[in-house]
Amino acid sequence: MKAAVIVFPGSNCDQDCARSLKATTGLKADLVWHKESSLPDYDLVILPGGFAHGDYLRCGAIARFSPVLAEVRRLAQRGSLILGICNGFQILCEAQLLPGALLRNRKLKYLCQDVFLRVETERSPFTSLYQKAQILRIPISHGEGGYSVNPKELQKLKDQDRVAFRYAHADGLVDDTSAPNGSLEAIAGVLNEKRNILGLMPHPERLAEPELGGVDGRPLFEAVFAAMGGAA
Amino acid sequence: MAESNLAQPFKEHNLTEAEYQKILTLMGREPNYLELALFGVMWSEHCGYKNSKAQLKKFPTTGPQVLQGPGENAGVVDLGDGLACAFKMESHNHPSAIEPFQGAATGVGGIIRDIFAMGARPIASLDSLRFGDLSQTKTRHLLDGVVDGIGGYGNCIGIPTVGGEIFFHPSFQGNPLVNAMCVGLLKSDRVFKGSAVGLGNIVMLVGAQTGRDGIKGASFASEELSDQDPDKRPNVQVGDPFMEKLLLEATLEILDADLVVGLQDLGAAGLTSSGAEMAGRSGNGITLNLEKAPLREPDLTPWEIMLSESQERMLLVVEPEKVAAIERIFDKWDLLAVAVGLVTDDGHFTLKLRGEVIATIPAAYLTEEVPIYLREQKEPAYHAERKKADLAAVNQYGDFTDLLYKLLASPNLCSRAYVYERYDHMVGLNTVIRPGGDAALLRLPDSKKGLALTVDADSRQVFLDPYQGGVLAVVEAALNVAVTGARPLALTNCLNFGNPEDPEIYWQFVKATDGLAEAARALETPVTGGNVSFYNEHNGAAIYPTPTIGMVGSLEDLERRVTIAFKEPGDLIYLLGQSREELGASEAHYLLTKRDEGPVPQVDLNQVKALCRFLEQAAQKGLLRSAHDCSAGGLAVAIAESAMASDLGGVLNWRSSLSSGAAFFGESAGRVLVTLKEDHLTSFLALAKTWNQTTTELGRVGGPDLSITHNEVTIKAPVASLKKAWREALADLAAI
Repeated sequence: MKAAVIVFPGSNCDQDCARSLKATTGLKADLVWHKESSLPDYDLVILPGGFAHGDYLRCGAIARFSPVLAEVRRLAQRGSLILGICNGFQILCEAQLLPGALLRNRKLKYLCQDVFLRVETERSPFTSLYQKAQILRIPISHGEGGYSVNPKELQKLKDQDRVAFRYAHADGLVDDTSAPNGSLEAIAGVLNEKRNILGLMPHPERLAEPELGGVDGRPLFEAVFAAMGGAA
Repeated sequence: MAESNLAQPFKEHNLTEAEYQKILTLMGREPNYLELALFGVMWSEHCGYKNSKAQLKKFPTTGPQVLQGPGENAGVVDLGDGLACAFKMESHNHPSAIEPFQGAATGVGGIIRDIFAMGARPIASLDSLRFGDLSQTKTRHLLDGVVDGIGGYGNCIGIPTVGGEIFFHPSFQGNPLVNAMCVGLLKSDRVFKGSAVGLGNIVMLVGAQTGRDGIKGASFASEELSDQDPDKRPNVQVGDPFMEKLLLEATLEILDADLVVGLQDLGAAGLTSSGAEMAGRSGNGITLNLEKAPLREPDLTPWEIMLSESQERMLLVVEPEKVAAIERIFDKWDLLAVAVGLVTDDGHFTLKLRGEVIATIPAAYLTEEVPIYLREQKEPAYHAERKKADLAAVNQYGDFTDLLYKLLASPNLCSRAYVYERYDHMVGLNTVIRPGGDAALLRLPDSKKGLALTVDADSRQVFLDPYQGGVLAVVEAALNVAVTGARPLALTNCLNFGNPEDPEIYWQFVKATDGLAEAARALETPVTGGNVSFYNEHNGAAIYPTPTIGMVGSLEDLERRVTIAFKEPGDLIYLLGQSREELGASEAHYLLTKRDEGPVPQVDLNQVKALCRFLEQAAQKGLLRSAHDCSAGGLAVAIAESAMASDLGGVLNWRSSLSSGAAFFGESAGRVLVTLKEDHLTSFLALAKTWNQTTTELGRVGGPDLSITHNEVTIKAPVASLKKAWREALADLAAI
């Protein structure tokens, strides 16, 4: 059982992801520099949050050309779990490992706050320990998190039950105003067709230990660990 | 290069005739243009502290917890468990007035470099901001730009912005204040210093290339602002947080590998100040070969190279055999690391261009021989006059419920969420108490301890009574730290004042720093560094004097932390400390009259020190459910804040000899609002007695409403509705 966190120049949640993974599952991840072009067969690869290459261009637009992305693609085909959080999600979209794109937040301002998420499917190795329609409190921290996708892909996402999370109000209601960043249909996270890649804007690693104020992110890491063959 | 004025060559370098004469005497010859330029920036107030040095010597700077006092890139205090904390605060006022986004961003970038130059990993930033009247479009534009600049830099580099404060007042209309503090962690036996020791060692310039941005920024910071300021945009630096993130990681990597003798960040006055300071501290000399410096534009003159304030650069002193290893590490991070000079033994700061000496000055002339001015002081007439104010407005207003709503929705007291939610305040996974409380609290790696951080100053109090205002700024910072259960350890400061050549301004400066020194001594929170920012004036009008305090404190056991939020229905509500008939300098009086007047609150420093120790022990014993410093807005606002933080109301009812206006909205200092479980009452009162604290039973937590009664006068409102008014105000007031 091997896990890696990819470090792009400008990644800043790489240590946080490794720390939360260890705190929740005991699993110690390798920190892998983006210039690596040959990786061992990791069972889990996390693309962390941050500002890869400064993100002065479109978020993730340069990171998708990093040598390590070819290996991430290979591992995804092999069936390894790939988790992209925040900037990692943006990079996965830019690399077309997930459909869609992340646009500037609705009010054009960076937003760092706890939000409520509704679990839309428990049918994935990332969400199997949540209940469908369960409401989670997880922080977001981004300036470009408004999910957008063309109507055909959107229909496919819905038909194939690949929307993992939606932004909700505290009472679980999902509507036009529940996504603070203006995401299409309040989508916060999506899966690929094989369901082994999850990209999401919220940061589950930030609320996975009680002293940080909540543990709703914890089951995601535990689920991943169980799917990799670890004891949940 | 500009032509020198032959008769008065010193003028364009902002030197006086007397200073020029001193240079002639020191040098024993006429300095050339470049040499004179070096004197000009090194002897500016911003680099040389010529108007403040004498006064800064009054600060207490030592204590068992202090590992590094003033004089280095940052102060360092011991946290125990082998850990230490490096921290410092700096102003970036003038650049932010001209170009708010880049001004604020580079302010954050500069202070972060100061922290990792000490070998510390930056773990948090805080900001203290001052703006003019929010009803002015210009103010809203500045606020928006500054907040985006702070967020743009901090969010990208991945250092959480965990706290801060904002105060709006017309005196800051043309000259906002942007004070940024950064805090880093290091091992207590690994404090690095910026010294150029070791004859024959190599001086390396690392990080970004040198360009034309920020030329003479230090001199710019030492002038007053006026309406001609758009012309000064070239004086403002441009920040690149991505570059700084790489520089941070590369620098910490070479420090870990023990490859460096000394290092110094390039901030104000760029290569001039960092080179001269490194040489000055060691007593050695430094020779720089300017043609080696990597340039963004090839045609930079030596003068521009030396005075450029291009960001994200550091100067290293390295043993010759380690140069290659450093180059390798910087190359991995795609950064430049170039040998540009040598450590010499002649004590001179020497500049060469292609082998030819183009400037040579004994380094000590630049760093130690800065003229020290004891300026003339004069007590301004307003000081006595404004004390004699009619303070009846609050009690005459009558509808205290309405007044509480108005205060909670006012620019200075409303929720700051609109600002801090634009800052990533969680990255790093250490933020245990997030922004919105009295102090932020961070957890520390492999330790049970917590680190409490705050920035504070009350510009209005300092204006009305500079000495007492200086005392109160330290008192509030200490109490903000103490209410979390932490012990206040030490402070850094940013001393923001007008033109020191004006005797009334200099009087404000002396009085405020005297007060600051007394309080720091009494509360055993020594000053480990700081920054002076004079000439904060616009079109001849000075800002309200603002000695911002940044304080750090250590919490023994994170599990025992205390927050401001009420916890459970039925908990008892108590006030610690003495309330007095003190509506002077209060937010409530200002809100109703738009007048800053009245005597500022008294304070007994012994009582405050005992209160801090009481809070620390009460937290350790688990006696407190919540604790909240009672400051701007008074007790009613403090009660409302604790209620809104928990969505729990309460019923409070007490009597006293005070007017109800003063009881609700007076700002008596040295008071803390606490809640406790009834089971703990006996121990709580016994401990309060031990520490000689006055206690007043106010009521109990519970219900959706807040009902506060003093001598039969009642404030009553649903917590949810107070919270709505408080929470949404700033977004509305600040909308562009």
